[in-house]
Amino acid sequence: MAALELLSAEGFRPDGRRPAELRKLRARMGVFAQPDGSAYIEQGNTKALAVVYGPHEMRGPRSKALPDRALVNCQYSMATFSTGERKRRPHGDRKSSEMSLHLKQTFEAAILTELFPRSQIDIYVQILQADGGNYCACVNAATLAVIDAGIPLRDYVCASSAGLVEDAALADLSYLEEAAGGPQAALALLPTSGQMALLQLDSRLHEDRLGAVLEAAGGACRAVHAVLDRVVREHVRELTALLGD
Amino acid sequence: MIVTTGLVAKNTCFSHCQKSIQANPKPPNHKASESTTQRGAQREWAENTEEAPPEARLRPCCFSWTDVPGTFGAPPKTEALGAARSGGATPAQGRGQHRDAPWLRSRCRAPGLAQHPQLLTGRGRGLAAEKHSTVQASRGPGEERAATLRGCRTPHGSARPAGRAPASPSARLRDAITAATRLRHLPPPFLPLSFSLPLPFPARRPAAMLTSRTFLKRTRAGSVLKVVREHYLRDDIPCGAAACPLCPPRPDGGPSALEERPGGAASSLCPGPHYLLPDTNLLLHQIDILEDPVIKNVIVLQTVLQEVRNRSAPVYKRIRDVIGNPEKHFYSFTNEHHRETYIEQEQGESSNDRNDRAIRVAVKWYNEHLKKMQNEEIQVIFLTNDRNNKEKALEEGITAYTCEEYIKSLIANPELVDRLACVSDEGKEIESGKIIFPEHLPLSKLQQGIKSGIYLQGTYRASRDNYLEATVWVHGDAEENKEIIIQGLKHLNRAVHEDIVAVELLAKDEWVAPSSVVLQDDGQNEDDIETEEEKENILKTSDNKSMLRPTGKVVGIIKRNWRPFCGMLSKSQIKEARRHLFTPADRRIPRIRIETRQADTLEGQRIIVAIDGWPRNSRYPNGHFVKNLGSAGDKETETEVLLLEHDVPHQPFSQAVLSFLPKMPWSITEKDMKYREDLRHLCVCSVDPPGCTDIDDALHYREMENGNLEVGVHIADVSHFIRPGNALDEESAKRGTTVYLCEKRIDMVPELLSSNLCSLRSNVDRLAFSCIWEMNHNAEILKTRFTKSIINSKASLTYAEAQMRIDSASMNDDITVSLRGLNKLAKILKKKRIDNGALTLSSPEVRFHMDSETHDPIDLQTKELKETNSMVEEFMLLANVSVAQKIYDEFPEFALLRKHPAPPPSNYDILVKAAKSKNLEIKTDSAKALAESLDKAESPASPYLNTLLRILTTRCMMQAVYFCSGMDNDFHHYGLASPIYTHFTSPIRRYADIIVHRLLAVAIGADSTYPELTDKHKLSDLCKNLNYRHKMAQYAQRASVAFHTQLFFKTKGVVNEDAYILFVRKNAIVVLIPKYGLEGTVFFEEKDKPIPRLDYNNEVPSLTVEDTTLHVFDKVKVNIMLDASNIQHQKIRMVLVEPKIPGNDVPAQLSTVMSSNSEPEKKKKKLQQ
Repeated sequence: MAALELLSAEGFRPDGRRPAELRKLRARMGVFAQPDGSAYIEQGNTKALAVVYGPHEMRGPRSKALPDRALVNCQYSMATFSTGERKRRPHGDRKSSEMSLHLKQTFEAAILTELFPRSQIDIYVQILQADGGNYCACVNAATLAVIDAGIPLRDYVCASSAGLVEDAALADLSYLEEAAGGPQAALALLPTSGQMALLQLDSRLHEDRLGAVLEAAGGACRAVHAVLDRVVREHVRELTALLGD
Repeated sequence: MIVTTGLVAKNTCFSHCQKSIQANPKPPNHKASESTTQRGAQREWAENTEEAPPEARLRPCCFSWTDVPGTFGAPPKTEALGAARSGGATPAQGRGQHRDAPWLRSRCRAPGLAQHPQLLTGRGRGLAAEKHSTVQASRGPGEERAATLRGCRTPHGSARPAGRAPASPSARLRDAITAATRLRHLPPPFLPLSFSLPLPFPARRPAAMLTSRTFLKRTRAGSVLKVVREHYLRDDIPCGAAACPLCPPRPDGGPSALEERPGGAASSLCPGPHYLLPDTNLLLHQIDILEDPVIKNVIVLQTVLQEVRNRSAPVYKRIRDVIGNPEKHFYSFTNEHHRETYIEQEQGESSNDRNDRAIRVAVKWYNEHLKKMQNEEIQVIFLTNDRNNKEKALEEGITAYTCEEYIKSLIANPELVDRLACVSDEGKEIESGKIIFPEHLPLSKLQQGIKSGIYLQGTYRASRDNYLEATVWVHGDAEENKEIIIQGLKHLNRAVHEDIVAVELLAKDEWVAPSSVVLQDDGQNEDDIETEEEKENILKTSDNKSMLRPTGKVVGIIKRNWRPFCGMLSKSQIKEARRHLFTPADRRIPRIRIETRQADTLEGQRIIVAIDGWPRNSRYPNGHFVKNLGSAGDKETETEVLLLEHDVPHQPFSQAVLSFLPKMPWSITEKDMKYREDLRHLCVCSVDPPGCTDIDDALHYREMENGNLEVGVHIADVSHFIRPGNALDEESAKRGTTVYLCEKRIDMVPELLSSNLCSLRSNVDRLAFSCIWEMNHNAEILKTRFTKSIINSKASLTYAEAQMRIDSASMNDDITVSLRGLNKLAKILKKKRIDNGALTLSSPEVRFHMDSETHDPIDLQTKELKETNSMVEEFMLLANVSVAQKIYDEFPEFALLRKHPAPPPSNYDILVKAAKSKNLEIKTDSAKALAESLDKAESPASPYLNTLLRILTTRCMMQAVYFCSGMDNDFHHYGLASPIYTHFTSPIRRYADIIVHRLLAVAIGADSTYPELTDKHKLSDLCKNLNYRHKMAQYAQRASVAFHTQLFFKTKGVVNEDAYILFVRKNAIVVLIPKYGLEGTVFFEEKDKPIPRLDYNNEVPSLTVEDTTLHVFDKVKVNIMLDASNIQHQKIRMVLVEPKIPGNDVPAQLSTVMSSNSEPEKKKKKLQQ
């Protein structure tokens, strides 16, 4: 059995996309009533749910409070049923703590935390179905949830991944493409300003090729931004329509 | 619990129910969800496979998508659409989500409030204000767009096939899928990057649709895993026809592959213009036909390509090359991602059947699609050899032919028919119905058996001397049963040499001993199975209890390793017969039956034949004629044969490969200079053998201001031109090495590179990879530096020219001074190396003097070594060692190195014994001791003795091999006495050097790395191939020398020459003739002659024939002549002349041998060793 062909000679990826094309992206905001903000996103078969509480007073030790800005607390988890194999996933394992930390860094950069000194913002993200690009789906879902919660952001944070196969940069990698083991970058971008909130690079990639990969990831982020923006506007339109009734 | 794939239908059925939480479907016959609410979903499916109605098997959606905010997790649906329509709330039914129903309703009433708890609680007023401002800011454009969005959504709502009652479950499923895919909730499912996002979204047709493929697979650990993959369907895939106005142009802007007016061969079956569309099996078996230039305008479907890729890598590569060739007008159509040609696997349909159906659907689509073209009526003709498939195609109104029908209908090209592979279709049996062989077990059974230990898996090796016997080398580490003997036609069961087979061991009382009988399969009549049985009985008579070995029988074939075989046709005695037997040159391959009409022309020719299959009732495998190489004995033909037999890839480079060559005229650009140093001012020169066109190394030498010396080795920068992963790189990696034959060179890289752009010729600017040392006058390295560079060689010298310059007192130009300096340093380096224990070995190398017109060898000469040879060699060794050290330091895990293991002490036994018989002592405890004792081993009586000893020592050595540093821990190079070594200096002719260049380039930051370079398993696989190719190249080289020696003796006639005994065997001696560097065996046993009295003494070693005792290194005289008695395998025969042994005369039939020599039937000679 030959190994999978990640990019056919005709220029198609295994799922039929061209290198620069994204998976089908769908999102909803305000899926729960209890938390302050929530959102659900699907990027292809990757499905994530994000929930935001806050800003609220510090819970736990007051000493942790920051005098000049809000503390962003992120927690990432994967549902037991999120992969093909049902598996118990304890909280706080290394992978998810790392992901939590990445999310925290991303949102610390995007949320205007200095507006809420000595308070705390909690972001909980759960992957319901994992099919590659977990971090990206989490960031996008969390962005919508944060907006839903009415927390001021510098800009949308849009994330997407990109990889490299034989000199061609592939945007928005699926699990299949991630598992192939080539270099991949996950980029969280503030699209309007073009600033990067986070960039993570797995496996070796020569700096000469970094440009192409970043360009693919950046383009994908901007496409994600367009969709997220539309979702937010539609959501707001519905809200206002209902309020007006 | 086994869940069949058919169970899991779409999980993408996002139904569309606007503001309808209460639209809670209860399909009329949805028993399953009612009866099993309490149970786990997984269980539910499995149990319902048997009794539940088919509709219930549809997997409910995980989430239904509604437009009401917060209605996450609406009730499950079994059927996406019709059900959603039917309405009727049954809140109690369904799954757990319904507990939320009241909450959802309340949310609906006041979504705004529920959404903003802050507004109610009053917590954080600032926040609320902030939020409001955001909302307001975004309101304007949002509303505007909303209108458009709504506008584009409504049509989808009405597009539902509501109220339709599909007849069959599969039809229902299909409807559900099409409906689901037609419905889109959000505009374009994904956005191409180039697409500058217009807002609002246009209500355009989607560029793609989404479906998903779900399947189960078993992991290596044995657990069953469900895999769900997305599968996008598009409508922007061009059909490839040049005249098609409907399809978008190719994304790269190239011309369409299929010709507007398909030319090619005229067929009597379909006189109109047509494209061909072959199915998988046809492609796999008839690739020879498709490669023929006559066949053009072929559509290759993605389905077909994928299947081919999984089943045969070589065929896949060949078809890819054909597609890449613009002359052939082959087009690969991505049908699996085309909206109208993608099909789902139906329930109960095997994946093979599904693929066949997909191909038929594509053919149908093509025909309908091409009809839309205005003026031209082009037909697509489906080619399949599968009868069922063809019948189905004809039923569906597709024009379908078998390959045979089509090829036979070609008016102008009857010769193509011979190249048809005769794959036995049931009913088209050529043989009598008598079944000779037992059936092969299916693969699944074999795997089971191997796992449980009933069967053993191994490589089948046929015996060279006995066609009824073979051994199977069992894979794995098991000590016992490592080698299993298979005897008898039935037990061999159609296995062919090199196949991977499964073997069942026989009971101990059936074990046999390896027979010493020589049996050749020469039966012309195919039906005499009885005589075979007699022959098998011969084998068994020589039973000897102590000799019994594990014996087994082949029960199945795991992998065939068939390749095209060279050989000759044995024409059938019946004059009009079309079926003939083909005798391969390799004795281990069975004879093959082929069907041809050109037997008369093929007689006496070397031809290539491929095996197509081996039915149970046929004594011989069936094959087809592939190619005529030319008449046997012809020099070109024989060269071709030896290349093929040694598996040396020598086809001309394909279009795909050549497309990666730099465009001419080529010049060095600014971009090339980015990481390069300009060394054009240096006085660089190259020294090579005469007539060398692929110059890959050059040297420079200069004195530095600080009194030290600077020496540079400049190697052609081949890795600049051959980029990792492209077709050119893959081809060179496959070839592994350039093969030098006596009068021909098989290049590893295309000639443009090997003889021009990479060749460091004089007075042109060339890219190089330089290794520059700073040395003192004692040749001690002070500094080493590596850089990519650009050089301009001042002179390309031959060894002789360089030697002349060094020796000439009158010349004092820059180049000569450099050469003298280099020579001086080289001598010091060599001395150091030898002091370290490097061995100076010897092997007789010969060079042929060719007649300039006939290209026949007219004289033989052993190669002569000059001081300058050793000078260049010294610096190359030094560069290799320096580079090896550098890449190993930088990449301890991924360095490609070369090692030469120390031979086990027992290897030297023969050498020590032989030397002892001449009263010399050879110490073998270390390389240094060996080198010293070899130096001392001189005998005044025989000046050639030392060379003989060195030749013998060479034979004791192990093979040097490439390896990946991460996979091994012994790096030592025994012969060179270097702790680390690699190959860096000949990238034009060795692929290993290219990899080393890439590693070094990454190490110095001049180039980028790529995944395969830093994967030690991939590197190790590469090393395996390189080692194999080097070995085969060496064998091919030897075979070429042997063939030319034979040609030489053909013209020379019978001669008597001086020879030395190299080895003594039980019934023969191996002698070396220094004059020709020729080695041969002198037998003392001959057919039809009384066997002389032989007495072999293993201790000395010596052989006493009658009364004459022969020792190793004895000088003898032999008579050399050509033995042409075997038409396929000619050989040089030697007979001892001096010392004279009674009864071992030079045969009297000499003259008859000579007369047969004159016939043009020379074959490749096998040197007997």
